[in-house]
Amino acid sequence: MDRLVFLLATGLARGLVVALFALSLVIVWRAARLVNFAQAATATAAVFAAFAVTGATGSFWAGLAAALLAGAALSAAVERGLMRRVPQATPLPGMIVAIGLVMVLQSALGIAFGPRHRPMVAPFDERPLVVGGVPLLSPYDLFVLVVALAVVGLLAWLFNGTSLGLQLRASAAAPEVSRLLGVRVPRMVTLGWALSGAVAALAALLLVPTELGLNAHSADLLFVHAFTVAVLGGLDSPTGALVGGVAVGVLVSLVTGYLGAGVAPLAVLALLTLVLLVRPGGIFATTEVRTA
Amino acid sequence: MSSPAPTLPPRLEVSGLTVTFGGLTALDGVDLTVGAAAEAETVALIGPNGAGKTTVFNAVCGLVRPSTGSVLLDGLAAPTSPTRLLDRGLARTLQGLGLFTGLTVLENVLVPVAGAAGAAETAAAALARLDLQGDAATPVDALPYPVRKRVALARALVARPRLLLLDEPAGGLGSEDIAALAGVVRDVVADGCAVLLVEHHVDFVMDVADRVVVLDFGRVVASGTPDEVRADPAVEAAYLGLVAA
Repeated sequence: MDRLVFLLATGLARGLVVALFALSLVIVWRAARLVNFAQAATATAAVFAAFAVTGATGSFWAGLAAALLAGAALSAAVERGLMRRVPQATPLPGMIVAIGLVMVLQSALGIAFGPRHRPMVAPFDERPLVVGGVPLLSPYDLFVLVVALAVVGLLAWLFNGTSLGLQLRASAAAPEVSRLLGVRVPRMVTLGWALSGAVAALAALLLVPTELGLNAHSADLLFVHAFTVAVLGGLDSPTGALVGGVAVGVLVSLVTGYLGAGVAPLAVLALLTLVLLVRPGGIFATTEVRTA
Repeated sequence: MSSPAPTLPPRLEVSGLTVTFGGLTALDGVDLTVGAAAEAETVALIGPNGAGKTTVFNAVCGLVRPSTGSVLLDGLAAPTSPTRLLDRGLARTLQGLGLFTGLTVLENVLVPVAGAAGAAETAAAALARLDLQGDAATPVDALPYPVRKRVALARALVARPRLLLLDEPAGGLGSEDIAALAGVVRDVVADGCAVLLVEHHVDFVMDVADRVVVLDFGRVVASGTPDEVRADPAVEAAYLGLVAA
């Protein structure tokens, strides 16, 4: 029982990080109708920037700020410099360009920093707190939990409670109509990419200290889980990303804890297959999304 | 001796507008003026399907590029980017409404004034004008078609345009809704906004229009008051596919 509680608690913390990364995919999908396969590579590049800043200043928080800025700037540059020039009649060309960008970025990071994993020190203790004899979340897990929930809350407020969020939603829903109503749609698309890049960089930064460390492929598995979550929840649904992220996080934690780490990817794949068979558009998808 | 007051330019002046799509000439030298001397009025643009009415709207809004001709708003060249139309006092509705599904009525109406000072009050006034206060929090997809048409009109009016383009505003409406719509159009004009509308509903056009311009095969074949246009044999010929005598 103690083990179950521990696995559920750590699964929740990890799941919220996956949910954050999935939210970043949802933001780009809503802004540009594109699955950004380069999200992990750009997020990893931003975490390398954080690693450098933390190394230079000795401050995790300065590194965190650097990751957010680098993630936003890199994603905005990708949209402005690359994706905007790709034919957009169908999503396929954009996805192919994104996959090409993954290769370029990961190769560049590999050449610049080598293949070895660089340990990143967490700003809080990673040993679980024991409550009533039951090991629960570590202080770092609690930090991740609070940050993830705060970011989800901030995003919900931004999109649903501000005029900028309204313009972001409008330009994503109907760009041509939005232009006629005075919305600067290209600016909104760039903002969406920048926001998405910052959120993805944050998610990757939160996860790296609990993994092997930082290298060019540090966020690959995170992307696979987050992509699964986005498909499970519906690519257009922030709620789906949140619920799906927690579900996948808990599933991975339970399967890893009871059956071993090697079985966890198979469990995620089985869950994805099941949902696609029962509800191909995703659990929280609307009809419009499935036909988009 | 005082000099005469300068004459203000029309709200909209379209001169020699020609639009071609590949080998097809959609508009052929169209001349059209709305709101001469900046006076508010209602001009109806009518004609058979395919006559080029919506193409005129799209050319005015910068959605299609004219081959030749000019579009002036208040005497200055119309913006080539549709994003800047509202800044120049022009708003339009769309034949397909173009509402943002998933957004509420209030959110739809807020989009054109998002970020502007007093946006909430302005949007509330636009909703009240179209009797939509009770539906403010309802997603537009959940509303019946006549109500959604009012939402589209409220969204076009919210930024207080000086020129309003209405694309088939009476289409799909019953007689009561059309009568209410006519009242709103008259109020809008009384408030100083010129209106150019494309419409197939002849009774509605004759009711609200000060002037009517008839298009056929991309050309203006008649224009004048509703009574003058009604009596023009070229109009009957255009609608019935006959050659005018």
